[in-house]
Amino acid sequence: MTAAPPAGAPSLAGDPAVAGAAIETVDLVKRYGRTVALDGLSMRVPAGEVFGFLGPNGAGKTTAVKLLLGLARPSSGQASLLGRPAGDREARRHVGYLPELFRYQAWLTGREVLAVHCRLAGLARPTWGPQIDAALGAAGISERAGDRVGGYSKGMQQRLGLAVALLGDPAVIFLDEPTSALDPVGRLEMRGILHGLRERGTTIFLNSHLLTEVERVCDRVVILDHGRVVAAGPLADLLSEHHLRVRVTGLDRPAGDVLASFGPVREADGLLEIQGLDPARVPDVVATLVAAGGRVHAVEPRQATLEERFAQAVGAPRPNGDAPTWAGVPSDTTGPATDEAGP
Amino acid sequence: MTSPLVDIAWLTIREAARRRLFLVLILITAASVALSAWGFGQVREALLSEAPGGTIEAGGVTGELALTFIYAQLLILVTFMFSFILALSAVFIAAPVIAGELESGVALTILARPIGRTTYLLGKWLGIAVLVCVYATLSGIIELVVVGALTGYTPPDPAYALVYLCGQALILLTLTILLSTRLSAITAGVACLAIFGLAWIGGIIGGIGTAIGEPTVAQVGELSRLLLPTDGLWRGVVYHLQPRELLLLVDQAGPLTAAFPFVVETPPPTTFLVWVLAWFGFILGLAALSFRRREI
Repeated sequence: MTAAPPAGAPSLAGDPAVAGAAIETVDLVKRYGRTVALDGLSMRVPAGEVFGFLGPNGAGKTTAVKLLLGLARPSSGQASLLGRPAGDREARRHVGYLPELFRYQAWLTGREVLAVHCRLAGLARPTWGPQIDAALGAAGISERAGDRVGGYSKGMQQRLGLAVALLGDPAVIFLDEPTSALDPVGRLEMRGILHGLRERGTTIFLNSHLLTEVERVCDRVVILDHGRVVAAGPLADLLSEHHLRVRVTGLDRPAGDVLASFGPVREADGLLEIQGLDPARVPDVVATLVAAGGRVHAVEPRQATLEERFAQAVGAPRPNGDAPTWAGVPSDTTGPATDEAGP
Repeated sequence: MTSPLVDIAWLTIREAARRRLFLVLILITAASVALSAWGFGQVREALLSEAPGGTIEAGGVTGELALTFIYAQLLILVTFMFSFILALSAVFIAAPVIAGELESGVALTILARPIGRTTYLLGKWLGIAVLVCVYATLSGIIELVVVGALTGYTPPDPAYALVYLCGQALILLTLTILLSTRLSAITAGVACLAIFGLAWIGGIIGGIGTAIGEPTVAQVGELSRLLLPTDGLWRGVVYHLQPRELLLLVDQAGPLTAAFPFVVETPPPTTFLVWVLAWFGFILGLAALSFRRREI
């Protein structure tokens, strides 16, 4: 996966009609019998952004993608894709999709699968060759393009799925767990592809469990749990919270009392942790500790990670095994949350 | 640029070819034709050598006409077996083309493309329909030519018989496609074959009703032919494979022959054929509606 994504058909990303929002949903609800898969999803994905759609298993992420692509029908609410109702055939002309369950015709060669999709996508015949070559190159499977898909490894099939999704220079590309079958090198290459797509103005809708990947490429994220948005916004805002860890000995009274004015203090692994601390106040913390007779051995200012924010949002134990006691978006949000942030 | 419907149909045919379906069908046809040719040859030899005084007698007639009757009945029996193979092939090819792609996930990326669900469904139907009809026609022609060469018997309207044979397979294909929009491949296939068997039994019961003069029982056959027209079309196959001289004997035998599924007095009426066309339209429409509403 080294070449740039394929060029060819003009992108809709620059189209004024879709310049505002590539994807928009309002109170989107999907029920399967008694099971509520999506419970009032409202979100807006500005055109040209890399959008991380996160959540634990069964949160409703794949359901949302299927609703947007018209593969399933909403129980209520509205969804639009490229300014058209979700599932609209014209909008689907400009969409690439790599499903979580990626399966392609085992009896065709990789190149033939891509030709089928060129045909179904309505691409002009003369563009097929260059499109297919570019997509194969980008996905890193040019050498196996003439082999039957039935002989591909799982990782190869996922790369083929990526090539299929890249065909026709889509304005929006849905990638549902796109690195689930890739090795570390493949994941690194995928990151390069995502950056390349962003530079081209492609809107990327990324479902992933790999939070470090999301953290590196996404502009904006929504965290979904039990079909509801539990955290949303630009990634920079979500990760704006800072913490401070200090190792200190010899305090003349309990650390909680000494540092009470700086915020909640926890003790873990022999370290004191102050949550939600403005980085500018770090010297004040050190001075206070010293004034209270403390000997400061280590000071570690750090920013919240997406993993921590995710665990906090979905009410899971924090990465270090502690219960989520600190401030943030509550996991038991009762009403449907909304990501109304614009471009 | 071809239409997406033709693209899907062509893809379906290519899949059958790649999965060696053609190869298997050709081998089965070759074996069937060889076996039936050998059988016809043996029967001819046995009849001619064992007939008392060298004169064949069958159904009250003698000589060449009696031989013709025997060959025609044998041909109808072989065709019956072939129609069963054709029905099974149609059902087993059709059952997984939609249900299988939905179950495996192959359909996800295809249906996310700008093609309609109805186009996808009709394309699949068209692809299998072409396959089944080409197979039925070629195999039928080969069998008829071989039987004609060995015995000298050629049915009066073999083309009509082949058309009805194809129609029967298309009915099953269409019903299977409808069922596979909601059921798993295996369930749709089994259900379709069970319904096919029921319709055949319904036709037999109706024939018995006609033979014994019980209109209520006879209506069972009529009803089953309307719900699933395979039995009515099978009767068209039989009618066009039997020698016309046989009809005189059937006339003399009275209504009792109605109980026998391998002798048919009249061809399928035009109203029935119109109904068959309407049935195709209705079931395909229902299948398209069902598939369009299907969650994927």
